Amino acid sequence: MINKKVQNVEEALQGVEDGMTIMLGGFGLCGIPENSINELVKKGITNLTCISNNAGVDDFGLGLLLQKKQIKKMISSYVGENAEFERQMLSGELEVELTPQGTLAEKCRAAQAGIPAFYTPAGYGTEVAEGKESREWNGKMHILEEAYKADFAIVKAWKGDEAGNLIFKGTARNFNSCMAGAATITVAEVEELVPAGELDPNEIHIPGIFVKRIFKGEQYEKRIEQRTVRKK
Amino acid sequence: MLDKEGIAKRIAKEVKDGYYVNLGIGIPTLVANFVRDDISVEFQSENGVLGMGPFPFEGEEDADIINAGKQTITTLPGASFFDSATSFGMIRGQHVDLTILGAMEVAENGDIANWKIPGKMVKGMGGAMDLVASAENIIVAMMHVNKAGESKLLKRCTLPLTGVGCVKKVVTELAVLEIVPEGFKLLERAPGVTVEEIQKATEGNLIIEGDIPEMAI
Repeated sequence: MINKKVQNVEEALQGVEDGMTIMLGGFGLCGIPENSINELVKKGITNLTCISNNAGVDDFGLGLLLQKKQIKKMISSYVGENAEFERQMLSGELEVELTPQGTLAEKCRAAQAGIPAFYTPAGYGTEVAEGKESREWNGKMHILEEAYKADFAIVKAWKGDEAGNLIFKGTARNFNSCMAGAATITVAEVEELVPAGELDPNEIHIPGIFVKRIFKGEQYEKRIEQRTVRKK
Repeated sequence: MLDKEGIAKRIAKEVKDGYYVNLGIGIPTLVANFVRDDISVEFQSENGVLGMGPFPFEGEEDADIINAGKQTITTLPGASFFDSATSFGMIRGQHVDLTILGAMEVAENGDIANWKIPGKMVKGMGGAMDLVASAENIIVAMMHVNKAGESKLLKRCTLPLTGVGCVKKVVTELAVLEIVPEGFKLLERAPGVTVEEIQKATEGNLIIEGDIPEMAI
């Protein structure tokens, strides 16, 4: 067993520097690497390019990094939940690359799988296609999209073991699963970290080969963005 | 004239037995409430769930189980969770039978705009561009005119496009329309709405053939 366990978030994020490109898992606030985001805020790393489907809300998730102006460029598909984000973007302080969600996911998976580029129909005939090669396949127009290149991928899982194997829960899997192994260094934070051998190999969602460092997150707030319920 | 629930009720009639359906945010989300209960349908949410159920009971909500609108949800027997790339594989690979989404503008050639108002509102396209570029069967749920009273069914979209030539059907508070090569073909009128009123609210080419029936909801 190759041991991927590190003691804490400080050790897990060693080597993160100003100006780096970082992938962060999560959809909305669901499945975001809370402990690592807090550490990036604490470390005061700046000029970051962040690849993340959303940008958090004003006071949680990536919104915390935006507040401190630590992000230079955001690559996302939907940013409607964050007023500070919209302000920085419309004023030109923040560079933003909006990408169709499926394309964003596939650009991560392509990086993970060693595929440099792929064709997709998403965005053909729109602003997204500007400056990109287009080509007809099976009678339909597609555009060429390239895999991301990132320094760090930071993902969050439900359970993990010392070998770096990951299991996700519910819809918190989202981009975490696509980003694992898609950057030079992948850091996984988990709610529960167990010794190798305790997770059933049949149940692993992401094999440890895609993970460089794994640690147990100290605490999880798991904030709910839209609490929708019905009466009993 | 229909209210938002009425639009959702009418669209629910388009949902057929055995369909996998992706519902967008807003009016489309309401469609799930009105689908006949004697047919088998599974709802897909692009953040990674198939077999979405109703909202959880108070106190049973789980931060790890949400839909694409970030609302807490439940799952039904037969449900599954998956990652975002797999989710869009279902969409791009045309495994999803029906996509229902909202729009700011639809043009008579099937173009749709729903993600950006330059200089004012930029929330992003989310999964909409992938959905409209791939789905065979796309129904748009929207109001016929905007708050300023201007038609949203146009000759050509004025806002940045989400997709080209992709919309097949539009359901508004006034009418059901099908997009054909010549423009918007009027299929049904909402209860109490006249063909003239629909004509007045439609900037794009409206095709009226014979008597237009009132929709049954």
